[in-house]
Amino acid sequence: MLPAQATNPILRWEYLVDEWDQISEALLQHLRLTVVSVLIGVALAAVLGTAALRFGWAAQPITTVAAVIYTIPSVALFGILVPYTGLSMWTAVIPLVGYTLLVLVTNFVAGFRSVPTEVRDAADGMGMTRVRRVLGVELPIAAPYLVAGIRIATVSTVGLVTVAAIIGQGGLGRLILDGLRRSFWTPMVVGSVLSILLALVLDVAIQFVGARLMPWARRHAPRRGATP
Amino acid sequence: MATAIRLAGVTKRFDDRSPPAVDSLDLEVGEGELVALIGPSGCGKTTTLRMINRLVEPTAGRIEVAGVDVRSVPLTELRRGIGYVIQQVGLFPHRTVAQNVATVPRTLGWDRGRIAERVAELASLVGLDPSLLDRYPDELSGGQQQRVGVARALAADPPVLLMDEPFGAVDPIVRARLQDELSDLQRRLHKTIVLVTHDLDEAIRLADRIALMNVGGVIEQHATPDELLRSPANEFVEEFVGEDRGMKRLRLHTVGELPFLQGPVVDESADAEEAERVLDRHGSDWLGVTRDGVFAGWLPRARLAERPLRDARLELPAAQVTSSSTLHTAVEVIMASNTSVAIIDDGGRFGGVVTLEHVREALAPAATEV
Repeated sequence: MLPAQATNPILRWEYLVDEWDQISEALLQHLRLTVVSVLIGVALAAVLGTAALRFGWAAQPITTVAAVIYTIPSVALFGILVPYTGLSMWTAVIPLVGYTLLVLVTNFVAGFRSVPTEVRDAADGMGMTRVRRVLGVELPIAAPYLVAGIRIATVSTVGLVTVAAIIGQGGLGRLILDGLRRSFWTPMVVGSVLSILLALVLDVAIQFVGARLMPWARRHAPRRGATP
Repeated sequence: MATAIRLAGVTKRFDDRSPPAVDSLDLEVGEGELVALIGPSGCGKTTTLRMINRLVEPTAGRIEVAGVDVRSVPLTELRRGIGYVIQQVGLFPHRTVAQNVATVPRTLGWDRGRIAERVAELASLVGLDPSLLDRYPDELSGGQQQRVGVARALAADPPVLLMDEPFGAVDPIVRARLQDELSDLQRRLHKTIVLVTHDLDEAIRLADRIALMNVGGVIEQHATPDELLRSPANEFVEEFVGEDRGMKRLRLHTVGELPFLQGPVVDESADAEEAERVLDRHGSDWLGVTRDGVFAGWLPRARLAERPLRDARLELPAAQVTSSSTLHTAVEVIMASNTSVAIIDDGGRFGGVVTLEHVREALAPAATEV
């Protein structure tokens, strides 16, 4: 099949108008999957990261497991879960959460390890309670690392969500798959461009919120994806 | 002087196999006294300091602050009552200078107005420009950061201050200035201060008494700086204070402490005969002349007969100090101007003279108290 350029242009504008409901629903689903996965990932990473910091021996195994999960091909991981969780949202969310863990745990640990010993010492020396020290001093100092980790996790999750289309969840990925199946470029282009835009918008938004919350860190932001 | 801090038989072992870091140490710090803990690295001076606010828990022994066993007070309460300053300052990078200084008052639940007032007061006390209060610590120089550290430690006006090498991380010029400022501060506030340092000059400069510690956490000598330099208790102390301990003592005393010495100096009303007599008595070739109690200048013996003292052409004094100059300065001035005598001039009034011999006699072991 060799469709003529005239009949199958890169972008057919009527499609945007006719299928707007479907497009916006895909976009929302994409956003929802991303946000839910990253939020659960952050919560889980906080627990795992705390364990890694608290018990020295736990750090290595936790990082290793997160790294192993990270290496599993996404297509395979989505497929493996179908017999257990069906074609529900969770079948998509569980692997997506898994993929966020490596960067989130790593940055969580790096962030808290970046708290200078003397700062902790000064906080203790001034009679701060432990809770106050951790939440009031250590967390803000670790925050640039946490924000950097969340940015990377979010951007890579936006990309991975498209893959979840193979189990019928993928948000904008469904448009891409649909286009591929029908050799119809427009949905592919729309799906791709929107997912890129979504990633960029979320990245900038997180960076913006982070900068507002951390006025002191403006000049001293750590490199993204810092490793301990 | 009441005892503010008392350590009795305090021992700290970090593990069972190695020797103790601090071994059955006794130390008393009087109220309003500044005691310097000094010694080579590994002597346990920092460990000793950190046991006072329980950042390190002693293995054995008893520590009292203001007569109260530190273990009988809740940890956070104990520490809020003890100012703590460390070498790396440890300012909170995410809080402004003002917020850093306000840390303990905020923990204590002071109201906003009182905190703001106290922060402003502390800024002027430690010499911080108020415009810096809204900055973040990273925007400050090392010296400014350490001032913030001191202000933060003083915020809730604790009677006791623990300082762990507070000026170790700043350059020598800033260090000297901060030391002077701490001296001034201490003269006004009369805190009980325990200062850990490895810098003997700093200890001599600031401390009322120095506890010189040796490896293994024992005190070799606990004495005033002058006593430590004058009569080291043993070989270790002697070696630690160094061969120039005599020179170091010069910084501890001022010209004003010396017995008054008139020197070959007469009033301009004196006649030539009297002037000759004075010169002979002092074995000097130069005569000092005062006019209405103000030193007017020197006259060489050879020109004595030329005209009356009142009309003599005098040479201005090359070496001049004040009563509050240290003996070190006096010796320096005398050497630098290549003379043998410096006149003491206190805002115009002639206050006698200083000679090298004079200084040497004053510091001689026989005349222990100058």
